Amino acid sequence: MKFDTPATTNPIDQLKVVGQPFDRIDGPAKTTGTARYAYESHDVAPDAVYGCIVGAAIAKGRILSIDETDAKAAPGVLGIVTAENAGKLGQGDFNTAKLLGGPEVDHYHQAIAVVVAGTFEQARAAAQRLRVRYEPSRGRFDLAAAKDTAVKPKPGAGGPSDSSVGDFATAFAAAPVQFDATYTTPDQTHAMMEPHATVAKWDGNQLTMWTSNQMIAWTVGDVAKTLGIPKEDVRLISPYIGGGFGGKLFLRADALLAALAARAVRRPVKVALPRPLVINNTTHRPATIQRIRLGATRDGKLTAIAHESWSGDQPDGEPETAVSQTRLLYAGEHRLTAMRLAVLDLPEGNSMRAPGEAPGMMALEIAIDEMAEKLGLDPVEFRIRNDTQVVPDNPVKADSDDPQAKGEQTHVPHPPFSQRQLVECLRRGAEKFGWARRNPKPAQARDGRWLVGTGVAAAFRNNLLMKSAARVRLDQRGIVTVETDMTDIGTGSYTIIAQTAAEMMGVSLDEVVVNLGDSRFPVSCGSGGQFGAANSTSGVFAACVKLREAVARKLGVEAGEATFAHGRVFAGGRSGTLAELAGPAGLTGEDGIEYGDLDKRYQQSTFGAHFVEVGVDAVTGETRVRRMLAVCAAGRILNPKSARSQVIGAMTMGVGAALMEDLVVDKRKGFFVNHDLAGYEVPVHADIPHQEVIFLEETDPIASPMKAKGVGELGICGVGAAVANAIHHATGIRIRDYPITLDKLLERLPLPTDSG
Amino acid sequence: MRPFTYERARTPAEAAAAAKRHAGAKFVAGGTNLLDLMKLEIETPTHLIDVNGLGLDTLETTPEGGLRIGALVRNTDLAADARVRRDYGVLARALLAGASGQLRNMATTAGNLLQRTRCPYFYDTNMPCNKRVPGDGCAAIGGFTRQHAVIGASDACIATHPSDMAVALRVLDATVETIGPDGATRRIPLADFHRLPGDQPQVETALAAGELITAVTLPRPVGGAHFYRKVRDRASFAFALVSVAAIVQRDGSGRVALGGVAHKPWRVEAAESEMTKGARAVVARLLAGAKPTTENAFKLKLVERVLAAVLAEAKGARG
Repeated sequence: MKFDTPATTNPIDQLKVVGQPFDRIDGPAKTTGTARYAYESHDVAPDAVYGCIVGAAIAKGRILSIDETDAKAAPGVLGIVTAENAGKLGQGDFNTAKLLGGPEVDHYHQAIAVVVAGTFEQARAAAQRLRVRYEPSRGRFDLAAAKDTAVKPKPGAGGPSDSSVGDFATAFAAAPVQFDATYTTPDQTHAMMEPHATVAKWDGNQLTMWTSNQMIAWTVGDVAKTLGIPKEDVRLISPYIGGGFGGKLFLRADALLAALAARAVRRPVKVALPRPLVINNTTHRPATIQRIRLGATRDGKLTAIAHESWSGDQPDGEPETAVSQTRLLYAGEHRLTAMRLAVLDLPEGNSMRAPGEAPGMMALEIAIDEMAEKLGLDPVEFRIRNDTQVVPDNPVKADSDDPQAKGEQTHVPHPPFSQRQLVECLRRGAEKFGWARRNPKPAQARDGRWLVGTGVAAAFRNNLLMKSAARVRLDQRGIVTVETDMTDIGTGSYTIIAQTAAEMMGVSLDEVVVNLGDSRFPVSCGSGGQFGAANSTSGVFAACVKLREAVARKLGVEAGEATFAHGRVFAGGRSGTLAELAGPAGLTGEDGIEYGDLDKRYQQSTFGAHFVEVGVDAVTGETRVRRMLAVCAAGRILNPKSARSQVIGAMTMGVGAALMEDLVVDKRKGFFVNHDLAGYEVPVHADIPHQEVIFLEETDPIASPMKAKGVGELGICGVGAAVANAIHHATGIRIRDYPITLDKLLERLPLPTDSG
Repeated sequence: MRPFTYERARTPAEAAAAAKRHAGAKFVAGGTNLLDLMKLEIETPTHLIDVNGLGLDTLETTPEGGLRIGALVRNTDLAADARVRRDYGVLARALLAGASGQLRNMATTAGNLLQRTRCPYFYDTNMPCNKRVPGDGCAAIGGFTRQHAVIGASDACIATHPSDMAVALRVLDATVETIGPDGATRRIPLADFHRLPGDQPQVETALAAGELITAVTLPRPVGGAHFYRKVRDRASFAFALVSVAAIVQRDGSGRVALGGVAHKPWRVEAAESEMTKGARAVVARLLAGAKPTTENAFKLKLVERVLAAVLAEAKGARG
């Protein structure tokens, strides 16, 4: 189904099932431990043995030798795979550094070997017996030091590195009120619960992998490319995923080394990454340095906006696209954005929940708060005054390297937004949060030991369109079975897909079976970039349209005239049950959604507003969030319960980014030091006392036949800045370097009494 | 993990004797720290003696009116004991500030004292560490030191002791009771139990090889207002940046010990004579000679501020 004109009324609009807050249908399997995650795929490979990955002990240099004598002699060892004996390996489209290093080492904990043994304990013990000699070389690990060497990166999926509208320099110089500040965000790790894990099994030339992966088709392609085998020989199965956040978008070392190890020892092999390897072996959200300049009239109209961002990555890597939202969010005649990329020898950077916008909004939305303060304007009002209903800066996007990206070029310089309720989100949130009662002067409210403040930030994240296909089968019991390689990374994909099929076919939710995450199924959009929900359900919608046609044909009526309800089809006085029409042979509909140029003619984005109240301990500077509110406008909400879970999870992650998450670089040795969950802190329950989410009524017929957009990443965008702004309101202290830990506040907090 | 043998001991004497038979033995109780370290081969005992069955899991009032805490009393149980809550509030609060509910259910009194530093370089076996390999060097010095010691450190080691409980026990003048491999018992004041790193940071306590902790005793309650203030980046389940254990009497005199600043719970009794003069005077002596890094210098200021708040609160409560 080609979606190239806005949606009109369709069966989803009935909202009998879609839009209802159903519990997730995979919930019982997960809560009873019967859902099989990758590493628990015992039954499919009962004879599996265990691989333990050895990560490089240096950040940059060469392996001089690997002495396998002791490791090979260790109990239970079946084989050792290194770059020496792995055979020729290609490079996947989505990998920057090699997944199996040697002799060159590109980053700390780059995999250099996998040791295979009969048990996990044997493999781990033997891996520690591998004697590796290195010749370290000098590496580049410090973004601030490398900033001046940063260059203009090649255009990526997010558009060109630079954009310009009008004449920023002149307008900024002429602006009556000017603001210029630099912000930093640190490297972050996804910290998903389930580490990367794979069971790999070869049957002749056929490779099957039970793995934990967000993007089945991307990864099948990269497995094939890396191993130099046909895609048809690779099968990926990833029905349950214990969180991903972008860390599992790609083929990573667990899967590749499990496949290599299984080939070497001629047995199925299981590999999971221990947490330190999740952090230094896989990808992370790169640190940024961001400079923002704003020029405004005295009555609070932005006239000049510049946002520049520097980040680092491995050679041939990509920038963190932290300026992307600044092209879209606020009005302003004269504009400039630029991204620069430095080469760093740290582990490779890549997507983490809302790449670009998450760190970009952390900086931009403090800057907006600072400018409002400078203007003496309420920060909600200042944002409203600078709203825009068209895209202010829409640079021409070059063809991207993304193999799924589309090539057609229809450039509209200032397209309208398909829906844009930013102002409504801010107003509704302000009302609900009690913003009017706020004393605009900072450092005024106190509750016992706590300095209390409130902060606001806009939320913004683009809606991305991706092709997505599905197959829907109807059997003689009237059961509808959906098959697509879509993944559920804890988001609720199973449930919203089942709701979509139930609505389309006129059956109840328990008459739908959903099978996901198998590369034998039609290729979906996968999970990432908050594109999963709208695109995958649109693909299911398309397949259901085909199935409805097949059912109608059986009844001898036109599909367009048929009504599907209560397991029956009605049209022109005729009717039949789905079960009898399916018959013993069953009926199948298969199709996918693909898009025309509606995303060129209209900008598709999601909007929101975050309101946060914090307490800052007047003595210690510890910041604790007291309450949070998010108001979101993100198209049709397919399931308010799972959507709310997505948003509160993202808000929680935003609190982590604001207050504690920081992968600390050891700039001498070139690695992330705090590489476990004791050292890398994320919020615990005690940090998140109260969250509220409001979804504004919205349907977006331009976005998809579901009239839905994404919401899972919107929830994180802006939260960090809202917390930072609340800290400023509580204390009068402005911190521009995340995370905002107490040591950054302490010097400027008032002295406690009784200091002596 | 290196292969090891395992046995369950039934009496303290039997455990001690087992330790004598096996030179590379370790005792295991809750295992909340030791097992993690064994998996990383930071600890490589050849033999484990499981002491969970020794019956050292009771709390008794001592003839002097103090409290004798069995070595195997779980942190959860100790924190919940009515006598601890009434007479040794600083201890109950310190315990509940530590770890998580699940860990406190497993962790024992003796094991808590014996937990090892959380220095990330200690945990990464690719990095040099004098605790793991004496003479290997210290990767933390010059590295990421926000959590590290500001006082009492050495050129060999700047690690801190992670325990909250031990800080409270230090301010309570606790004593550690042990039994040696030869069956001899002894009492070690907590002040002397943990060591500063010096040039042997791998030697962390006064325990001899094979010596088993059987109990920790507390003297008679000293009254006063009890405080345990733990400062950390998140609200729960995090190690202290600094912690302040204090007991303040009605006349403003009192005691104070610190966590998160040194290789051991940090207390300087001489500094306590300044308690009535205020936090600055106390801290000037308590942290005299401190050598922080740029990253952890904030701890000095933080200690002073927290102690000031504690003294103010104590004064306020006295009216």
